[in-house]
Amino acid sequence: MLRMKSSTVRFLAQTILLLFWSAMAVWASEPNGSSPHGTNIFAPTSTPAKSIADLSVFVLVITGIIFVVVFALLVYSVVKFRGRATDAGREPAQVYGSTQIELAWTIIPILIVVVLFLATARVIHAIQDAPEPTGAVQVTAIGHQYWWEFRYPKLGIVTANELHIPVSDPSHPTPTFLQLLSADTDHSFWVPELAGKTDLIPNHPNRMWMDPQHTGVFLGQCAQYCGTQHAKMLLRVSVDGPEDFAAWVRAQQRPAVEDAGAIAGRRVFESNACMNCHAVAGTPADGRFGPDLTHLMSRATIAAGAAKNTHDNLRLWIQDPSAIKPGSLMPAMKLSDADLDAVVSYMETLR
Amino acid sequence: MSSNAITIPGTQIQARPWVDELHQWLTTVDHKRLGILYILSALLFLVIGGVEALVMRIQLMHAHNDFVSPQVFNRMFTMHGTTMIFFVAMPVLFGFANYLVPLMIGARDMAFPRLNAFSFWLSFLGGLLLYFSFLGGSGLYGAGNAPDVGWWSYAPLGARAFSPGHSSDYWTLALLVSGFGSIGTAINIIATIVCLRCPGMKISRMPLLVWLNLVMAGMVLIAITPLSAAQIMLLIDRYLGGHFFDTQAGGSAVLWMHFFWIFGHPEVYILIIPSFAFMSEIIPVFSRKPIFGYPVMVGATVCIAFVSMSVWAHHMFTIGMNSYANSFFAITTMAVGVPTGIKIFNWIGTMWGGRIQFKTPMLFSIAFLFQFLVAGLTGIIQSSAPVDWQLSLSYFVVAHFHYVIVGGILFALFAAFYYWYPKMTGRMLSERLGKWHFWLFLIGFHLTFDVMHIPGVLGMPRRIYTYEPGRGWDTLNLIISIGAFIQAIAILVFVANLVISYFKGAKAGNDPWDAWTLEWSISSPPPAYNFATVPTVASRRPLWDLKHPEDPDSRYE
Repeated sequence: MLRMKSSTVRFLAQTILLLFWSAMAVWASEPNGSSPHGTNIFAPTSTPAKSIADLSVFVLVITGIIFVVVFALLVYSVVKFRGRATDAGREPAQVYGSTQIELAWTIIPILIVVVLFLATARVIHAIQDAPEPTGAVQVTAIGHQYWWEFRYPKLGIVTANELHIPVSDPSHPTPTFLQLLSADTDHSFWVPELAGKTDLIPNHPNRMWMDPQHTGVFLGQCAQYCGTQHAKMLLRVSVDGPEDFAAWVRAQQRPAVEDAGAIAGRRVFESNACMNCHAVAGTPADGRFGPDLTHLMSRATIAAGAAKNTHDNLRLWIQDPSAIKPGSLMPAMKLSDADLDAVVSYMETLR
Repeated sequence: MSSNAITIPGTQIQARPWVDELHQWLTTVDHKRLGILYILSALLFLVIGGVEALVMRIQLMHAHNDFVSPQVFNRMFTMHGTTMIFFVAMPVLFGFANYLVPLMIGARDMAFPRLNAFSFWLSFLGGLLLYFSFLGGSGLYGAGNAPDVGWWSYAPLGARAFSPGHSSDYWTLALLVSGFGSIGTAINIIATIVCLRCPGMKISRMPLLVWLNLVMAGMVLIAITPLSAAQIMLLIDRYLGGHFFDTQAGGSAVLWMHFFWIFGHPEVYILIIPSFAFMSEIIPVFSRKPIFGYPVMVGATVCIAFVSMSVWAHHMFTIGMNSYANSFFAITTMAVGVPTGIKIFNWIGTMWGGRIQFKTPMLFSIAFLFQFLVAGLTGIIQSSAPVDWQLSLSYFVVAHFHYVIVGGILFALFAAFYYWYPKMTGRMLSERLGKWHFWLFLIGFHLTFDVMHIPGVLGMPRRIYTYEPGRGWDTLNLIISIGAFIQAIAILVFVANLVISYFKGAKAGNDPWDAWTLEWSISSPPPAYNFATVPTVASRRPLWDLKHPEDPDSRYE
């Protein structure tokens, strides 16, 4: 946290923050209260996002003061020194400069820069060089063209697009540390209310962390242009309470449900190209090019958040992915209606 | 207007006069005609790039719009960015430099007239090559296909695995070709300023426009070369089996970023310094006072040039540099604000105590000062690396750099158009249309780019062809799009003004603004040889000395 000496500055900061929040609240108001959290950088719920929001307000206040001063000077000189009809061709006094004044407006900005830099360096260090505590959850996030793969190396879980992490109680912090990798082009992991963004770059592993202090679903999306469907590479982070998270982990660790009723669909899945790209744990399907489907029905969305996970959307997605996400790398499988229905029912057993 | 174009025997026999005229324009080596050709080609590409922007703004008017496909949208932002930077902003500024530098230093042409023509045609043909991709960029798609890798073409998206076919090759070659043109022009500007100044024009007496273009040309030499090198390396990757940026074979995506931004950031200053140059000529004339603190203005410019060479990685705060590197690039970026601030203060100092005349060039200049102040301050906000971890790659950045490029550079250019059009054509631009242009563009600009900061703060990334409803972005994007159309109407008014005034504008005479630099001492438009006798100057404002023999500047310098 920044500690500012002057109470005036603090007051100004609070006023501006309040104005910002009210403005943001108007724009970002959700249609109903139970829906996911928005993507407002001024509504942080995790330490990195909070310290960035505080620093942002500090920088905003300083730049705001500079703006007011210079803008006032500008308006004053434009109004006060406007040409008048009475000038009648006479020229004003020709002034060539003033060393004292110019020194003043060199030195004052230098001092401001020093203050801004110190405040900045402090937050850079606090976020980037934070040590990883022993209780931290480790996740490897891998960016793929237009979807996210999440692996929990210590828990043996592989999932996609919807990241589950535990809420972090400040007295017993359980932050999540992400290792960021890319399978193809550059991507960027951005969930504004949890942390600043960090890029996922092939051959260049990165790291970021967050310790959300509220449960709920937080939205975000890929921020680095990664190709045709960059826009629909959406991201959901579900922050769960300790029990919910433990239950989720247990469910994800189990192999896929084997439902005798869906054997026809499973046969379609395994005798077509589906299994070349998708994995279903406990079956021969072990493709890694597309999302792991072992617990597909535990996810609220499909196609990296582009559509809700419903029967109709699933069917449409398998039949014609470009209807939902044109340019996606999932091919249209051109299945017969019977095969399509069968494979959708198989998908619906993968809880 | 007389011409020094080479007459080729035989062409006049069957040629109609316009063919003859065209031939003279195509083969000209006159710096004034080349300057005008640069400006006209930039205006052509400005309209094309503007249409691309409008396509994007229609698409983004509301959530889940399907006005264009994602592929087309991605081509639009790639072409819009590439066009506006390389084929609008640089050529138009080179055009003004070409036209004005020799006139202001009392020279009869640039140092290397043929290199000048060669450079212009390289730049222009580079632009045509880029647009030929719409027809010729076939590859695996088998159809015309403009590049869709973004204007910075981050590796490995530009590698053949992700960008098959030839579309991004057109992008690479266009930048390579026009880059050589830029280097040629930069060499020419430097040689002209160093060698061709008239008697008495010491470097401490050069008009600020000349000084700033000298600095700009020096920066072009340093900044364009790494870009050209990177393009050659990319071609080697794509066609000769190199692995510089091919991450699937162990290459480095980050290396490309460094190469691109060590060009890309100085590039911003290459564009803004000539805009500062216009301001430093126009504000004094319409305030009726000399520039406040000439030596400091020169010093600040040189300082900006040096410091701006060490700030490039502030475009890369999110790529996972360590905390020391992030701190270094944060402080260098903040430091650029100091000399830039000095400039703004000195312009205000110039107006202070003056008698400001609100002619159209001055209106655009005052708007420039206000908007460049805001653009600089949002730049300072983002120079704080942690803040940039949120704002980078969002619409806040898009708003920030359009504030610089449209609010700063384009407004300065409009001021320059209204100020020097009389010199170039001999006719005044209409003040009435000029005021319509100014107010419409000002309103459109602020509707679009003021509002555009907010979706960035609300988490909207750039380069998305559509977005989800319910994020609070819809209304804002609609307002942004409406502003874009108001700007487009203003541009139409501007183009109409250029055309109508060319035929019907009031005669300008030699010196319509009662100005002080050498170009106003000769006829409008100037003769091909510029100066019948080479002038001799004794101060920074030779025409002031002429008009006020009782109180010449030379007494104080």
